[in-house]
This record gives sequence, structure tokens and C-alpha cells, in this order.
Amino acid sequence: MSVRILIPSGALGLGYDATALERGIANKPDLIAIDGGSTDSGPSYLGRGVSKYARSSTKIEWAGLMDAARRAGCPLVIGTAGTCGAGSAVDWLLDITREVLAETGHSAKIAVLRSDQGPDVVAEAFETGRVTPLPAAPEIDVDLIQSCTNIVALAGVEQISTALATGADIVIAGRTTDTAIIAALPIERGVDAGLAWHAAKIGECGALCATNPQSGVLQVDFEDDAFVLTPLADGAHATPHTVSAHMLYENSDPYLLYEPGGVLDVTRAVYEALDDTRVRVTGSKWVPSDDYTVKLEGARVAGYQTIVMALLRDRHYVANAAAWADDIVAKCTAKALARTPASEGDFSIEIRLIGQNATLGALETRTSDAVEIGALGLVTAKTHALAGEIAKLLNPYLLHHPLTRDEEQPTFAFPFSPAEIDRGAIYEFCLNHVLRLDDPMDAFSLEVVDG
Amino acid sequence: MAELGQIVEKVRSKNAGPFWLTVDIFCGSPEAYARVRDGLETQAVARFLDTPVQTLKRFDMEDLRVVKLSLPRPAVQGTVNDRDMHGAALAALVAEINIP
Repeated sequence: MSVRILIPSGALGLGYDATALERGIANKPDLIAIDGGSTDSGPSYLGRGVSKYARSSTKIEWAGLMDAARRAGCPLVIGTAGTCGAGSAVDWLLDITREVLAETGHSAKIAVLRSDQGPDVVAEAFETGRVTPLPAAPEIDVDLIQSCTNIVALAGVEQISTALATGADIVIAGRTTDTAIIAALPIERGVDAGLAWHAAKIGECGALCATNPQSGVLQVDFEDDAFVLTPLADGAHATPHTVSAHMLYENSDPYLLYEPGGVLDVTRAVYEALDDTRVRVTGSKWVPSDDYTVKLEGARVAGYQTIVMALLRDRHYVANAAAWADDIVAKCTAKALARTPASEGDFSIEIRLIGQNATLGALETRTSDAVEIGALGLVTAKTHALAGEIAKLLNPYLLHHPLTRDEEQPTFAFPFSPAEIDRGAIYEFCLNHVLRLDDPMDAFSLEVVDG
Repeated sequence: MAELGQIVEKVRSKNAGPFWLTVDIFCGSPEAYARVRDGLETQAVARFLDTPVQTLKRFDMEDLRVVKLSLPRPAVQGTVNDRDMHGAALAALVAEINIP
């Protein structure tokens, strides 16, 4: 048995090496698989159900992959379409797909796998004990679940296999685990599940497991008791070190990877160089779990934010920036309570000092003799109007607040007019839980459309 | 004593999902690995990062000459108090830990 998967890059929108992709097509893969998303850019994308990457760039890259799959004569699958994998992001990519088909005069059978979860359904599952927390999960209740603007479940190989079994030319999947789109076909064809999931984890970022990581294109071949990784770009080499080190990447545990239906254990995996470019891996193990669970992700509105920025260049103010900022926060908070209908707890004012400790906050250990300091004022409030109103109260302080009462009124540098920048709603991830399912398709829906 | 960053090849920090951070210390040589493995005390790291030692996971990976640390995010990714969406800057802090 042999199965060959072509992975063009770590994510649609990051680009791929066109020459390497041509090599991959010529090698006749059984499937082209690419990831479309990640939580790494934060909760706003899931909260709003939108893509991080530009539509123009996504369309060009996706059209290239649709063409590649057609010429290779194999299906094309994308997981976590549109960064977050919510329904609106799936629709966005489906729309792009139809546009490309119309423009190129081709047709295709498209399977659309949706991962959206109704808040009411998740709330009911929570109440009946089918939603359980993962380590470091936040406390949740029914109200919190119902306040989510989007909840998605991460599909595994079962759902992707079901979508591929429709015979679709293109599978557009909502939220999936990064690995499921790569592991599904080999497992369906009888490859050992440990090898399939391990290869998928190594391959999910494309050529990131090799040298020349930005070249993207990676080929994965499955044998009876091993898998082989081949980066296809010039100058890209996989070594046992680069491959095994990829198990560290964005994983809290480098040996165990929890997936729907079980856990991958690579403690005893062996990595060997076939030559200076290819690595062969054996010894990965899949341990099925008793229950079938899928991870949930949810995001909700955490408030509204308006930011204001001032720049301190005056040497005395640079040296005393922390005291200056603390005084402003205290005075502006008091003024907001006095002059607006807001109560304590309805808003917060924070000033982060860029050049001092804006990145690490209280963890910062170094002090610097900075030339200048950026004072980034963050006003976060329960309503959009209140955030804007309090930012306007903050504005004159950031422009003119003196360290001492008797000095001549200072003025600081504002880089913009208006100084206030409305960030609108801000979101937060609020689920780090799994949902137990009786059947893997219970939380997912599949439709096949002609495009 | 020397700063970790002066001894090792690279320190990388990343999100491991929205609720965890992970720090990979690529030591390079076997000597650097042994020095970091023995000199970097888990308790001291927990204090330095202001995180409970009970939930600070540590993996000493001799094959890769890597010491890996994983911890719950002090602020969940993207919340109002989060200052570093990708968890990228923790690496710079860890690189400044002094070890024997």
C-alpha cells in the first residue's frame, strides 16, 4: 500500500514555491491538502467569522491549487477555511472557489463540511455533562456559552474521510484539527493511524519541518510501516533533526498529541535520513480513547476598545513616564466616573509604555535609557459609545498632563488626528473544552454542491 | 554565571493554542545542553515567569538537545490583558535567565 499526500504550504495565504509545486504534481499525489487557519492570530477572526488573509492573495493561491489538483487528477482539501473555520468563512472560500471555476470555465464537485455549533446545542451538551474542560480551561456556564458569536468544533479524520468519500473534487472544511486533513486519506486506505497522525503533525506546516522552510511544498509518502518526508523546493532539506524538532512546534507536549478519538504518542518514534533531503519515520503509536471527543473553540465580545497614542520625547518625561502614566490613569478614571453614566467595572483605562515594559509588563526585568517612549492608552468599556467617550476624556491628559502642578503646561507628540482610534468590538476565546459525541458526524454537516 | 541566550543556539516562544505558551530552548552542543539541563532550575524559572510550578511542564530532550517549557498563558491569548498575541516575546525574557 502506498499513499502520497502533497502539502503546498503551512497555510493558504502564506504562498508556495511554484516550481516545487510542479514537481509535486508530476509525482502524482493521491491528495493535495492545505490548512486554511489557526487560532494564532487571536480571537477576533473566530469572533467575527472572517479570514485573516487578503481575499486577493487567497484567490490567487487557491486558484493555483485548484489547477494543480485538476492536473494531478486528485482531490484538493482545505481544513479550517478562512482562518477560523466558521460558517461565514467557509462561505467566503466557497464563493472564491465558484468565482475561480467561472473564470476558468471549469466545473467541480465541491463537498462542504461545516463545523459550526449552535450555542443552544452546546449549552445543552454542557448541562448534560458532555462538555468537559481541558487543562487551563476557563470557567464556563450556560450564559457564557450562549454569548458566543461563533462556536466551532474541530473535525478529525472521520469527518474529512466522510467528505472525501463523496467523491468530491474539492473539500472545503470548516474548523478541523490541522492534522486531520492529512491523516484522513491514509487511515481510510489502511495506513497505521500512528504513522498517519504523526506524518500529519510533521507535515501540517508544509516545509517548516525542513531547511528553507518558507518554500512550503512538502510530499509525504506512506509505506507499510513508515512514512517518508520529502521537501520539494530547491535548497530544502529534511533531516532527522529538523523533522523531530517540529514536534516541539506550538505543542505544549512534544510527545503526545491529542486528536479526536485518541492520542498520538511519538515517544518511541525513530527518525532516519534516507539521503540529504528525505527522512523516514517509524515507531509512532496511536492510542484510541474510550470516548470520541472533539475540541470546541468559541469566541465572544469582551467589550469595545478605543486607543490613543502619544509620544514622549522630553527627557524628563521619558525618565518619569511610569509616574506620569499612573497619575493620568487615576485622574482620568475619576473624571470618567464623575462625568459619564459609567460605574466602576464598566470600563478600564490602561497606559502601556512602549520602550519601557509594554511587551512584558510586570515580568520585565530590564530598565533602559530610552530616547523616547510611546504611551499607548487603551480604553476598554462595556459599550462602544462609552469606550469612545472615555477615550476623548483621556486625550487631553495624554496631550498636556504635567508631572508637577507649577510647571508650564507641557505638550506631547500625537502622531494622528483624530488621536482616538476606534477598534470596535474586541473578542475573547472562552472555550477550551471537548464535546463528547456518539457519532463523529453528530456535530458536523456535509453537503455536496456543483460549482 | 551566564545568560542563557549567550550559551544556547536559539530560544523560541510560541502559543500552543490560545491557553498555553511553550518555550523551546535549542541548546546546540551537547555541552550547552548539559549546562542548561543541570543549571536551569524549574523552580527558578517558575519564579522568573511568575507562574505556578505545578503547571509548568518541562521536557529535557537529549536527542534534540532541547529543553522545553510549557505553561498556561498568564493572560489568555487576545484578552484585554494580553500584551503579546503570539507569545513571541517570552523567548527574549527566558534568554536573559542567568545560569551557572
